[in-house]
Amino acid sequence: MNEQDARAAVEAAIGKVAPDVDLAEVDEDARLRQDLELDSLDFLRLVETIDMATGVDIPERDYPAVATVKGLISYLAAHG
Amino acid sequence: MGDFLMPSLGADMEHGKIVEWLVKPGDYVHRGDLVAVVDTDKTVMDVESFQEGVVAELLVDVGETVPIGTPLARITQTPAEVGAPRHEAPAPPLPKAGTAGATTTGPAAAAAAKEAPPIAPPVRHLAHRLGVDTARIHGTGKGGAITRADVEHAVAATPSAGRVRSSPRARRLAAELGVDLSAVSGTGPEGAVTVADVQHAAAARPPEAAVPVAGVPAEETAPEAGAERTAPAEPAARREAPAPLREETAPAVPAAGKTAEARERVASLRRAIGTLMSRSKKTIPHYYLSTTLDLRAAVDWMQSVNAQRPVASRLVPSALLLKAAALAAKEVPEVNGFYDDDGGFRPSASVHLGVAVALRQGGLVAPAIHDADTLAVDVLMEQLRDLVSRARAGRLQRAEMADPTITVTNLGDLGVESVFGVIYPPQVAMVGFGRVMEQPWAQNGMLGVRPAVIATLSADHRVSDGLRGGRYLTRIDELLQKPEEL
Repeated sequence: MNEQDARAAVEAAIGKVAPDVDLAEVDEDARLRQDLELDSLDFLRLVETIDMATGVDIPERDYPAVATVKGLISYLAAHG
Repeated sequence: MGDFLMPSLGADMEHGKIVEWLVKPGDYVHRGDLVAVVDTDKTVMDVESFQEGVVAELLVDVGETVPIGTPLARITQTPAEVGAPRHEAPAPPLPKAGTAGATTTGPAAAAAAKEAPPIAPPVRHLAHRLGVDTARIHGTGKGGAITRADVEHAVAATPSAGRVRSSPRARRLAAELGVDLSAVSGTGPEGAVTVADVQHAAAARPPEAAVPVAGVPAEETAPEAGAERTAPAEPAARREAPAPLREETAPAVPAAGKTAEARERVASLRRAIGTLMSRSKKTIPHYYLSTTLDLRAAVDWMQSVNAQRPVASRLVPSALLLKAAALAAKEVPEVNGFYDDDGGFRPSASVHLGVAVALRQGGLVAPAIHDADTLAVDVLMEQLRDLVSRARAGRLQRAEMADPTITVTNLGDLGVESVFGVIYPPQVAMVGFGRVMEQPWAQNGMLGVRPAVIATLSADHRVSDGLRGGRYLTRIDELLQKPEEL
């Protein structure tokens, strides 16, 4: 998947899990847990939503690589 | 004859607002059936009936706020007890209630009652059970009364013999997920479509269709209304009732109004929390303990389990921590139960584990996972996800808010190392879990690195001492060393 599609998928998933987050204001370096305040259940739902939308199942061992918005987009671009 | 009263949905609740009636006069309700949706300052909850019988009259209109204990509806115990026909309000005529929506349920139903043809309670009950709208039947009995034969005839003549029997919850879920109820085969009593059926139907669809569309009320109601248009006796008011609720979150509502409403909700939640926590700190002599739990075994086990699983059924450490907290509470009864000034401490035989859920817009609620000590970790995980998502969507049930016997706060999930909670009165203990993090760990003269978490206990000194509190935390640690047995 190209980076544009990956970004769209990530933004759609975040919009679903954390509808109060204003994506226009979110920096790509933002950390999902600390900055967007996703807890572990939110994060699980995010990973699940992305899996459903794109077919990319992020295994638990790769969670550290997708801790930021940018990391998540890069991961999807590389694996999707 | 009995009244359905505004229930107390938590120690701090003083009044509640009727947001939605899930029944209408003439409906037969069983114990446990959801009857109304009530807005407390903290959340919106589905409230169930504690009695069985026929709803004779709704006494409070949608939008009214009343103190707890106020009669909300009259429920007659058996159909035979129902009084003269003028008190029995059958279903309001479809077009009328259908256009007016939930806000007119009470008055519209009352008005309709006066014009309705006479009908004996057992016949009306039959009509309700078979899904026949009595307002549309021409009575052939004495004085135009509707007879049993009339009802049966109406059933036979109905083109839509496939009326969809379903619970309000199932209907609401179907609407949320965009599932066509008429296309779902029900597995409930008499083929009723259950919540589980709707979930299965949603899961069976292609992924893109299964994704619920958030906040699109107009389109969202369409499949539901379409599905039930074939159901002549489906109460119109009920069918329309969820609409106002959904509109609260809808983009159709002017943005300014929505923001103000959200702000007011956060403010009132903040006040409710403030009142409750002040009372806790004024009346409960808290003592605090903490210990660091070795999570190596638990995290190793969880990771090996998760590696074999699709994301939807993966576990999070919280599920293991909650299960251990529940099991330990069963073993140390002094932390599990209620304290009141008159009766002192009443330990609870069950462990209903309250889970403090932070709401994204601010504030928190702490609904319960019932009998958490008896649930397999997978089931507990599933219930945790369900509970948290419903808490955040403001769709909790009465019992979940009213009866936690001990509460856990898992603030560590968002970063802090440890959290010492304030006890929710009338409970007697609050457990806190901090962040799971790698720590240097010395054992047998050797230093290693292990995942660990700081567990804390805030407990009521009127009920227990540090010795028992310490025992509780130690038990959690011991239980977590054998995660496969949790």
